[in-house]
Amino acid sequence: MITCSCAATPPAQLTPAQWEKIDAIIAKYKDVPGNLMPVLQEVQEAIGYLPPEVQDRLAEGLNIPGSHIFGVMSFYSMYTWRPKGKYVIRFCESPPCHVLGAENLLQMAQEELGIGLNQTTPDGLFTLETSACLGVCEVAPAMQINEVVHGHLTRERFRQIIADYRAGMAPDYTTLTCTTYEISRYKQPPTDLVLLKNVGKIDPENIDDYLAAGGWQALKKAVTTMTPEQVVEEVKTSGIRGRGGAGFPAGLKWSFTRPLTVTPKYIICNADEGEPGTIKDRYIMEGDPQKILEGMAIAGYAVGASQGYIYVRGEYYLSKHRLAKAIEQARARGFLGKNLFGTDFSFDIEVRSGFGCYICGEETALIESIEGKRGYPRMKPPFPGVSGLWGKPTIVNNVETLASVPAIIEKGGAWYKSLGTPDTTGTKIYQIIGHVATPQIVEVPAGITLRELIDTYGGGMRPGSTFKFCQTGGASAGIVTAAALDTPLDFGSLAQVGGALGSGTMLVADQSVCVVDFVRAVAKFFAHESCGQCTPCREGTPLILRTVNRICRGQGTLEDLALLERLGAAMIDASFCPLGQTAPAPFLSAYKNFRQEFEDHITKKVCAAGVCRLG
Amino acid sequence: MAEPTLTLNGRTVAFQPGQTILEVAQGAGVYIPTLCYMKDTLPTGSCRVCVVEVEGARTLLPACATQAAANQVIQTESPRVAAARRMVLELALASGNHNCLICEANGECELQALAYRYQVPTPAFAAPPDTPYYFEDNNSMIVRDFSKCIMCGRCVRGCTERQVNDAIAIGYRGSHNKIVAKADKTYIESDCVFCGECVQSCPVGALLDKNAIGQGRSWERTTVRTVCPYCGVGCQLEVHVKDDRILKVTGADAVPNEGRLCVKGRFGWHFVHHPDRLTTPLLRKNGELTPVSWDEALDYVAARLTEIKAKYGPGQIGGWCSARITNEENYLMQKFMRAVLGTNHVDHCARL
Repeated sequence: MITCSCAATPPAQLTPAQWEKIDAIIAKYKDVPGNLMPVLQEVQEAIGYLPPEVQDRLAEGLNIPGSHIFGVMSFYSMYTWRPKGKYVIRFCESPPCHVLGAENLLQMAQEELGIGLNQTTPDGLFTLETSACLGVCEVAPAMQINEVVHGHLTRERFRQIIADYRAGMAPDYTTLTCTTYEISRYKQPPTDLVLLKNVGKIDPENIDDYLAAGGWQALKKAVTTMTPEQVVEEVKTSGIRGRGGAGFPAGLKWSFTRPLTVTPKYIICNADEGEPGTIKDRYIMEGDPQKILEGMAIAGYAVGASQGYIYVRGEYYLSKHRLAKAIEQARARGFLGKNLFGTDFSFDIEVRSGFGCYICGEETALIESIEGKRGYPRMKPPFPGVSGLWGKPTIVNNVETLASVPAIIEKGGAWYKSLGTPDTTGTKIYQIIGHVATPQIVEVPAGITLRELIDTYGGGMRPGSTFKFCQTGGASAGIVTAAALDTPLDFGSLAQVGGALGSGTMLVADQSVCVVDFVRAVAKFFAHESCGQCTPCREGTPLILRTVNRICRGQGTLEDLALLERLGAAMIDASFCPLGQTAPAPFLSAYKNFRQEFEDHITKKVCAAGVCRLG
Repeated sequence: MAEPTLTLNGRTVAFQPGQTILEVAQGAGVYIPTLCYMKDTLPTGSCRVCVVEVEGARTLLPACATQAAANQVIQTESPRVAAARRMVLELALASGNHNCLICEANGECELQALAYRYQVPTPAFAAPPDTPYYFEDNNSMIVRDFSKCIMCGRCVRGCTERQVNDAIAIGYRGSHNKIVAKADKTYIESDCVFCGECVQSCPVGALLDKNAIGQGRSWERTTVRTVCPYCGVGCQLEVHVKDDRILKVTGADAVPNEGRLCVKGRFGWHFVHHPDRLTTPLLRKNGELTPVSWDEALDYVAARLTEIKAKYGPGQIGGWCSARITNEENYLMQKFMRAVLGTNHVDHCARL
């Protein structure tokens, strides 16, 4: 007996022209280090899928073992080795979309299209899939059709969108101003700050607009008037803590890499914005891409790197488009390239794309991905600052962190530090999503309270909604109750109340949300996104999901709760990387805060929110 | 300069910089269990069975992949370690159908040994026995039974690092992870050369020598150390024998092969018990090959060679021998041809 997942793949019938395209892509990337991901992406774009015959050709052309090619492509959700419909619909299943009804909508979509999940309509137009997170939580519940996002889904709206696509009215994503909403829609503090200053005001595809707004002056100042050590010192003075979620001081990170004599060194901008609820970096990339490039170049000058990579999550097509365009223009104007500002400092940037994988937001997994491998986190130490991309010293910083750098150089670290709290200096982009009246992002000095974020910027709770809990910082962080409403949203304060600042996203849930069902959605996310490298996470994340599923169906036992606690403790202690170490946190904090609700599901078969069908 | 030291379960132990905690512990006679760790390959720290408690570290650390550092305070069996290790073993046992009753690896299985050592029964949350798993037996040498696979990755490292064949890799993601050959094909459709390194690397019963299945339990077999008869490399073999019959061959951990073998050395031993194999000399009498004694055969050969040499000269005689005999035997053969018969016509099948 043989069961093989490829046995069902029909032999690919490619035309000579298609083979020529494939060979041209191979030739283009043959000598580019870490070429596998871009080659797979371009070939899939050209041919539609990556059948075994094509994998064989790539193996031969790139001199990479076929097993390695399949091992890599099967790791990332967006690659396919089977043909799909002209339009691939990805329904977001992330916790933020889940609390707003994604599960029912997915059922609705199957009814409307007359197909099941992962099937294609008989006319070959639509393939229906799910996505663990699309990163568009402000318009939840949402779906993406090829490159374009459609939010606030209802049955009527879905029907209309499908009818439009059938009528040939599929929007071209490169012509859209932004993926979701223009920032002018959102309430912001009265004075412009740092990160969103230009967003929505300048044309992101025209470098002249950025220059008119004072762009590239910070790099000029750094390169022509400061030593690299002074730049590092300035960033240290600013106190800025990494905005990706871990909150490690960026200046300190740079100061470890600066003195190393190993070359080359690399700057990586982590734009793999995959944490559910996190949408901030997209606004900067789509609205002010030059600022990120400038921040990267300054970082390069500071630590002695001459090559940068921006690793953008695969679903952010418009971001990739804008960044590529921005790089082209910056090169043409001499802000990127050789001998910048007449000095011997050279710096250039390449855009690399993820392809549907949350773990690649972890810095070492991201590095592996750029190297053309599966996104398996590496053992630390050594940290990337010492041994990162291709074993060389590498600075990995989040988009928001790097976009803050030009202002720090321009106005000084002390100025930056004067904003925010002593724990978390500077400005922060918060994301307020879930059951609030106006989900949105806002840039304010770090340290406002959750209450202020909800009331002032989220427009308060939705009519009829009362606050039940908030998941702080993203899917991997703890949930907090109303008791934490007046806690300042900074790294230190949130950690004290069992939450986490993380990426600065706050998912607010009202009384309609069953906390057990919510934990199920989070568990589903982690079971889908575990990389599978280590036993506790690979086997533990689906075990959490299976167990919580049982509780949601009214088949749980009190022993299940004890098992989850024991499993959680082991995962925290023994998992390889932060994904497995934090995956149990949502359950553990939910169980701590809403113990009765869990036990009622088991002993009384009651779901107070009326969400779970308890048999 | 004095060697750096660390504290291992309360004992002060000296170590060499660059050693891992596991190596230090092994040197000090302290047992730390492992599953994914494999000698001569890069440690991945992925199975998490070897986690230990290092004072000051936020989480437990894998001993196989963590460098020893001066003044580290390490506990290898603390309650915290034991709880995590036990859960890791439970999860590994739950990940497949680890039914030892008819498993070929029974008695040699490293997971079974750890389950016994830590007294971990198959947990209640294990996959039900009828769960479908990938199973492949469409070749004559290797069976792949993924109901037993614990995703330790040793087969992949054996294939890529030890043999450098790159025929298999880890595919898919998370709990769907699976060892893949080419585009998740069967071995026979892939780049696999059937060296069997993966089978030898497997700590459980997921990769099996097909010919040995059902032929004898590990405790019924004895091993005989010998040299591979095929080529001049001289790979060291462990021949696994039951009732004077070979069941399988594995590579011995010694120079020159350090456990590695090729397809012939590992799987090409069936000639040993083949009914067509010659067991006595045959002499053609009246056109028929007839079994004769060694004395009769040697007398006949000696007489004929002497006769031919006398009549036609030694240049009319050539000697041809087998690459399967030892270097020493080959030496003797050419010496005999040159010194005794006086001919330089010597050759052998210098191929496998």
